[in-house]
Amino acid sequence: MEKLNQKLPFIILIISLIAVGIGSIYYRSAETGIPVFPGEKVDVWKVDSKIEFNANGKEVSVKLALPDNSAYQILEEHTASPGYGVHIVRDGNVNEVNWSKREAHGPQTLYFQTSLRELDGYKEELDTLGLAENTVVWQEPYQSAAKSIVDKAHQRSSNTEFFARELYKLVDSQEEEVALLVSKYQPLQVMAYLLRMAAVPVKEVQGILLENNVKNQKVSKFLKIFLNKEWFILNPELGLVDADTPLLVWQDDTPSLLDIEGGSRSSIRFSVSKTTQSALKQSVAEMEDTQLFNFSLYKLPLAEQNVFRGILLLPLGALVVVFLRVMVGLKCSGTFMPILIATSFLQTTLVTGLIGFLAIVAAGLVIRSYLSNLNLLLVSRISAVVILVIGIIVAYTIISYQLGISEGLSIAFFPMIIMAWTIERMSILWEEEGGKEVFVQGGGSLIVAIIAYLLMSNEIVRHWAFNFLGIHLIVMAAILLMGQYSGYRLLELRRFNPLVKDK
Amino acid sequence: MFSNFANPFKLRDFGIMGMNKRNYSYIGKYNDRSLYPNVDDKLRTKELAIESGIDVPHLIGTVKFQHEVKSVFSQLEGHKGFCIKPAKGSGGKGILVILDVNENGFMKPSGDYLSNEDVIRHISNILAGLFSLGGKNDVAVIEALIKFDPIFDGLSYQGVPDIRLIVFKGFPVMAMLRCATEASDGKANLHQGAVGIGVNIGTGEALRAVQFDLPITIHPDTGVDLTKVSITSWDRLLHLAAGCYEMCGLGYLGADIVLDEDRGPLVLELNARPGLAIQIANGIGLTPRLKQIEALSNKKSYSIEERVAYAKEHFA
Repeated sequence: MEKLNQKLPFIILIISLIAVGIGSIYYRSAETGIPVFPGEKVDVWKVDSKIEFNANGKEVSVKLALPDNSAYQILEEHTASPGYGVHIVRDGNVNEVNWSKREAHGPQTLYFQTSLRELDGYKEELDTLGLAENTVVWQEPYQSAAKSIVDKAHQRSSNTEFFARELYKLVDSQEEEVALLVSKYQPLQVMAYLLRMAAVPVKEVQGILLENNVKNQKVSKFLKIFLNKEWFILNPELGLVDADTPLLVWQDDTPSLLDIEGGSRSSIRFSVSKTTQSALKQSVAEMEDTQLFNFSLYKLPLAEQNVFRGILLLPLGALVVVFLRVMVGLKCSGTFMPILIATSFLQTTLVTGLIGFLAIVAAGLVIRSYLSNLNLLLVSRISAVVILVIGIIVAYTIISYQLGISEGLSIAFFPMIIMAWTIERMSILWEEEGGKEVFVQGGGSLIVAIIAYLLMSNEIVRHWAFNFLGIHLIVMAAILLMGQYSGYRLLELRRFNPLVKDK
Repeated sequence: MFSNFANPFKLRDFGIMGMNKRNYSYIGKYNDRSLYPNVDDKLRTKELAIESGIDVPHLIGTVKFQHEVKSVFSQLEGHKGFCIKPAKGSGGKGILVILDVNENGFMKPSGDYLSNEDVIRHISNILAGLFSLGGKNDVAVIEALIKFDPIFDGLSYQGVPDIRLIVFKGFPVMAMLRCATEASDGKANLHQGAVGIGVNIGTGEALRAVQFDLPITIHPDTGVDLTKVSITSWDRLLHLAAGCYEMCGLGYLGADIVLDEDRGPLVLELNARPGLAIQIANGIGLTPRLKQIEALSNKKSYSIEERVAYAKEHFA
């Protein structure tokens, strides 16, 4: 109990680090839409509305009702309309674009472009207020024909969805009662009327289907039918399809799509195209637009961003070092030397980096053994080794350039001072403990460096380290936890094995 | 593949202490950082030892500054054999042993002679930090040679057999005798191939011997039977080791002790981070003994005699 009390602040610290970390990751992903995986793509619909009309030579005002965007996120809106004053009105009830001009002659063309992104998991609820009853009862013989079709469909179906499908099949057929109704009413109108008779929630809407590369599309009419707790869409061309079909609808009560004063012979056409963008780029672009405070590295200049891309990988490298030393028990020379080697592997790629590292260290050790005969003091000895390393790197780079091995050029990314210390340490180790220990520790360092490299070069890891800063709090918690680990290291199980083997 | 690895639960049941546990539960808790210089600086260790009446090899003199270097010869006057050490050296580096001084100069164990200039250069190197950790400026310590007790004849290939004791809160808890071999290149480090002989805390007699973590019975170079080894003046040795606790203040301590033919046990060096190989040499884990001492009442302070008596009774 006393032990628990002593440990309590530590446990609280760990738990809060993890909680804040997870919370901030969740916030980043939910609020700013930063994708969880780096390669994630989003579909962006680009809808061009083109309005054409003939101006009468007087003041012109054009009003374009905007579609209901509750299922979409508006990414961008542009207008192209030379000489017109434009403003976009968007308050709960009115969504429209207004163009106006004091004087306009002849044919006029106005453009309005929207980029939309479908919201994940958006589901339109059933709003009973907006649903109309059949306002008028059709006259005979239409009413009896309608009733007979409804009955027929009812008999042939077991639930509402099948009923609707059956009804649609009947309305689409050449049956006598249908022919009678269709002679007077539009097929969609008939469908809506029949559904209302059977008390199925239905809405008549106008809109456009979002399909890639469709030009000059007109607004057409659709029925939205509430079946199985979901809105289905019905259209003579499509048939009955479920709500996942991307459809851009205008509000039901929109009086008219386009309203032009001071002009005539107006037309409106829509062109739709789909682009696939990187989700990350998309959300970063959005973040840049918001004026809200947000703790994002994307606010920094690009050069600093790239610096942090590298720096933010170091905590993960440190995690690898702590894990391999505390839990596995690998010996390596210099605590964090392997991480710095791993970061230079990131520049050189693994195989080139390994060859370069071994070449530099080998050459360095040979020349360093001569230096040790000179009995130099430490600082001048290290400085000599630093110059030596630079010399070796220059030599390798020139030689590999002459031989046309372009990979050899990246060797210059090795941190010279670290390499110098590595050579110094290994050479002292060689003198004091022998060549075997050099291979044990050098090999250990390389294993740590390679594992750290594999982790740090992983796309998902890089993405998380830079975009979800909360991950570093979790790494911190893991490192603190391992700092209190007092159990056996993996390699100790082998070391002490002879002690318990035969017992 | 896993047959080379022990089951960690089995290791724990045997009380084997791992590196993490040593660092976290013992060194971290019982060794105050501020006390480390007491053992890392050999000159300071020696001065403390002399103050607290712990037997150490005689201090002949020290050289602290470059301008004093020449004074070394007046300090050495009358001493036939001595050794010059860096105070902060590590791993036995920079230790110059002189067996005899005659008209040819200073004689090394190899039989070569050094001139006065050679000795001065060696001391200058020590002062400049050539042998110290991190290359810091250092002090040269000159101490009297140890006359090795003949009971150890044939136990060590070159080098000196020394006795390493783990002293926890002043209680000697485990001991081993370390003997250099040809494989270890005359060094007493077990991981380099030196022989470790576990020593019974109660009697000073050998328990078992290991080389490269595996049990052996005879010395690989000299063929001496290692199981018959018995350390003389064991009681004095235990008292000496236990007294190191008061002297340096470290709760978890490794004491390296040698036997001098004339003076008996002498403390050669203290270590704030003693290794774990002693468990392998003894074939037994440290944890149960350390726990047993941790469980003793903190209120009562134990004298050296009481601690030695306790250790002899419980850890035999």
